[in-house]
This record gives sequence, C-alpha cells and structure tokens, in this order.
Amino acid sequence: MTTEKIRNHRKTGLNGKAVGNAVLLLFLLLFAFLALIPFAWMISSSLKLDKDVFRYPMEWIPAHPHWENFVVIWQKVPLHIYFKNTAIISVVVTFMQILTSSFAAYAFAKLRFRGRDALFLAYIGTIAVPWQVYMLPQFIMMRSAGLYDTLWALIVLQSFSAFGVFLMRQFYLGIPNELSEAARIDGLNEYGIWWRIMLPLAKPAIVTLLIFTFVNTWNDYMGPLIYLTTDSVKTVQIGLKRFIQQYSSDYHLIMAASLVSLVPVALAFLFLQRYFIEGIATTGLKG
Amino acid sequence: MEGKAFKRVSKLERKNTWIAYSFLAPNFIGFAIFTLVPVLFSIVLAFLNWNGGSFDRITWAGLDNFGAIFKNFSFTRSDLGITVRNTTVYTLCTVPLTVAFSLGLAMVLNKATRGAKVFRTIFFFPYVASVVAICVCWSFMLMKFGPVNELFKLFGLNIDKSWTQSRQLAMVALILVGVWRSAGYYMVMYLAGLQGVPRELYEAATMDGASGWQKFRSITLPMLTPTTFFVTIMMTITCFKIYDTVAIMTEGGPGRATKMLVTYIFDLSFVQIKYGLASAVSMILFVIVLVITVVQFRIEKKWVNYM
Repeated sequence: MTTEKIRNHRKTGLNGKAVGNAVLLLFLLLFAFLALIPFAWMISSSLKLDKDVFRYPMEWIPAHPHWENFVVIWQKVPLHIYFKNTAIISVVVTFMQILTSSFAAYAFAKLRFRGRDALFLAYIGTIAVPWQVYMLPQFIMMRSAGLYDTLWALIVLQSFSAFGVFLMRQFYLGIPNELSEAARIDGLNEYGIWWRIMLPLAKPAIVTLLIFTFVNTWNDYMGPLIYLTTDSVKTVQIGLKRFIQQYSSDYHLIMAASLVSLVPVALAFLFLQRYFIEGIATTGLKG
Repeated sequence: MEGKAFKRVSKLERKNTWIAYSFLAPNFIGFAIFTLVPVLFSIVLAFLNWNGGSFDRITWAGLDNFGAIFKNFSFTRSDLGITVRNTTVYTLCTVPLTVAFSLGLAMVLNKATRGAKVFRTIFFFPYVASVVAICVCWSFMLMKFGPVNELFKLFGLNIDKSWTQSRQLAMVALILVGVWRSAGYYMVMYLAGLQGVPRELYEAATMDGASGWQKFRSITLPMLTPTTFFVTIMMTITCFKIYDTVAIMTEGGPGRATKMLVTYIFDLSFVQIKYGLASAVSMILFVIVLVITVVQFRIEKKWVNYM
C-alpha cells in the first residue's frame, strides 16, 4: 500500500466514523423522543383547557398556560390524603423490608443451622409463584383478621418479602467470612457483627432494595385496588383511578393529576438512579 | 473422646441454631403467615366450593371447579380459552419486540461516547413512572381524536376510532404500552451483558474484515445469549401476569377482546365472588408459569453460550 492510499483509507475511515457518530446520535434522539413524548404531551395537556387538549395543530407550549389546573385538582379529590396514605405505606414497608430482610439474610449467608437449605428453598420457591395465584386466599385471611380497608393490610402484606431476603443474602455471600471471624474473636456477638460489619458493608444492596421497594410500593395498583375502598385510606394510584372515572372528560385535569402523581417517584429516581440501574444490572432481578 | 467432641460440637451447633432462628424469625413469621400459608391455601381452595360468606358454607368440590372452567373449552368462546389465548398473544408479541428494542437501545447506548448517562436515564424513566398515569396518558393519546391518529393522518392513514375501544387495536395498544414501558428496564440488563463481551473479539473480527452485521451476528448475539435467556424468561412470566395496563386502559374489552388470565382471576375473585373457580384458574396460571420456566431452562442448554 502506498502512503497515499493509506492516507485516503484513513480519511474515509475518519469520515465513516463521523457519519457513524451522527447516525448514532440520531438513533439516540429518536429513542429519547419516543420515551419522553407521552410525558411531554401530559405536561402540555395539563396546562390547557379541556376543549384545547385535542385541538390541531397542536400547541405543544400553550400560549396561555392554565396553572390553576394544578390547584383545582386538589379541590376535586382529597389528593393530599392519597399522598399521605401512599407515603405511610411506602415508608413503613420499605423500612420493614430492609430491616427484616437484612436480618434474615445474615442467617442464610453466614450462619450454619439445621434446615437452612430447605428453608431457603421454600423462600426461593415462593418467589417463583406469581402473587396473583395466592392473592385471593391472602385476601380472605386478611378480611377474617379485620384488616380489610385499612392501611395495615398493605403494610403487613408487603413488609416481609422473600425477594428482599434473597437479594441481601446474595450480597452477604460476597463479603469475606474472615471479617466476621475476626470480629467474633474480638468478642463481638452475631448481632453485633450484623449491625457493625454487615450492614455498613451492604450499603449498595440496601440502597437497591430501598429504591426497588419504595418505587414498587408507591406504584402498586392491584394491592390497593383489592384492599382499599374508603376514600380516607386510598393511595395515589387508585385515587387517581377514581379521579379518572369521576371526571372522565376533564382531560386537562386528569393529566394534571397524573403528572402530580409522578413527581415523588421521579424525584427519587433522579437522585438515586445510579443505585437503581446498577442494582438491576448486578442483581438482575425483578421489580 | 470422640463422643465428647461430638457432644460439644452439637451443643455449639444448637446454640448457633437458636441464634440463626432469632435472625430469621422477624421475616419468617411474616413470610409464613402472609405468603407461605396463602400459597398452600390457594391449592386447597381450588378443590373447594365456596362463593363467599362464612367458613361453614364451604363444601368439598373435588375436581368440579376444574370441570367448570374447562367446560365447553374453546379458544374463541369459553372464558378460560379466550383469556389464555389473549394472554399468549400479548406475550408472544410483547416479548420479542421488547427484546429487540432493549437490545437496540443497549447497543446504541454502548457505542455512545457523550451523554450516555443522560440517555440511559431517559430510556429507563418509563419503567418507574406510575402505571395509572402513563396508561391514562396513552389512552388519551390513542383516542379517536388523539395525537397518534392525527399523526397517522399525515401519512394518509385514517384510523378514525379510539384504539382502546377497537376490537383489533385494543390489543395493539396494550402491546405498545408494554414494550414502551419495559424496553428501558431490560436495556439495563443488556448493557451489563454487552460490557462482558471481550473487545478482542471485535478487534480480531475487524482484522479479518468482518462487516458490522457479521460482527453482530457472530459475536454480539452469541455472547449475549445468557442475557437474552434471562430476559426472555423474566419477561414472559411478567407478561403472563399482566393486569394493571389492561384494567386501566381497556378493562378487558371491547367485549372480551383483551381479557387476560389475571383479569379473569380478579373477576372471579372479587366481582363474581366464586372463590373455588378463581383458585382453579389461579392454578392454571401457576402451571403455565411453571411450565414456561421449566421449558426455558431445558432449552437453555441448546442455545445459551456460556463462556
């Protein structure tokens, strides 16, 4: 190959790279557009009057935004109560799951006792059973216990997950046994080891479990749908569903309420997304 | 001597066992009451006759519930047949499309030099957005006078009806939302998978003059089979459990056009109050999910290429 040819080759190679990058960027933008367009439409519609929502050509940025839509929705349905209920359930469930899962996982990962493998198999086995298969017996039991239509129903149902135990156990297994053995020699008992050594080291797993649980509980639709009927105990999701049924043609208000319902999870996601995404990549398990 | 040592060990072991149980107890008690017992109860319930009310109204049904749900079985007429068919159609469309899109997203993102993190966040966001909000938003966009139909009009395609109320398009709407919601989620798994493909393979292929497509076919895809395998199983099972989007967007309609297995279980459980029948259908769902898992693990050996 002559130098000229090589130079030419490099040149086209470089051009090819530039074209490739442009195509790549085009794809990225196209996908981003597809992912975000419903949200853009939601925001745009939430600032309009209902008669303008389906008017064409579409006005993406309303010339006269109706900010009052975001005030009106709070007067139409008790949104603040829905938010309060959802916050209570999500926070308590998340806290309980992290506490009980990380505690139980310690036994599965670091202690030897009779029946450990059989018990662990029972945990894993139930993860494979879809919740929808046993939601009815669960409901019958909860109703007999007088927990129907209370926040307690959802709190106790979701506080003890087998999945959380599984996730924490997998993480603990990666922590060297030498650490806990050294601590044992130094006179720390098992509870001390869990609290002073395991928990601090398991922070990434805990954060992953935290976001997963929080987002899933916040977004849960079927659980509250089955258990909560009184307005004073409803969550945001079914409160929103009620709003949609009641004001079915007030498109602008429905979009405003939908947008408001997204805010807490969107914020949690934006601040903690690194843990969220890395958590999925490493644990690779369901949401 | 030997006996003594054995005794000491077993004593220590017993002490350890109690400590272990104390660690397990808080979770296990809740888990046993609220998960393990209901799971076992659901199996029993499928063989009982109980249409609500107090416990003394329960009678033994044997296989009657299964007889009832399989009565006049047909994929176009009976409730069970229709819901199984709809759920299968939904799954067979949603899984491959999601796999294709999530792989595509991951590959594009993997090549991107700048802004990759921002795009990753954007692609992932539909997955965390709450289901009611996005479903109602999509329903509106897919309405008769909605922006999607308006867009199609530009290309000369006059749809002129609300997707969620159309026999043919309601299912398409559900699949669309299903793919749109989950592509970003599975993309994250593919990204992790792509990071595990050794660069040397591509370099060697480039030296041999392989085209981009050839590299994709002979390196990327085979190296990603474990990820694809995992994604396919998880996605298939998730699809078979579909309920939320259906309940919010189509309510199983029009007619029974988008009625799914879980919609059917929900209906029998909480609307018609036929506990025995509902549990029998639940068992069908369970068996289907179980079979999918087993079959996919069986064929795993054939096409998964672990290094």
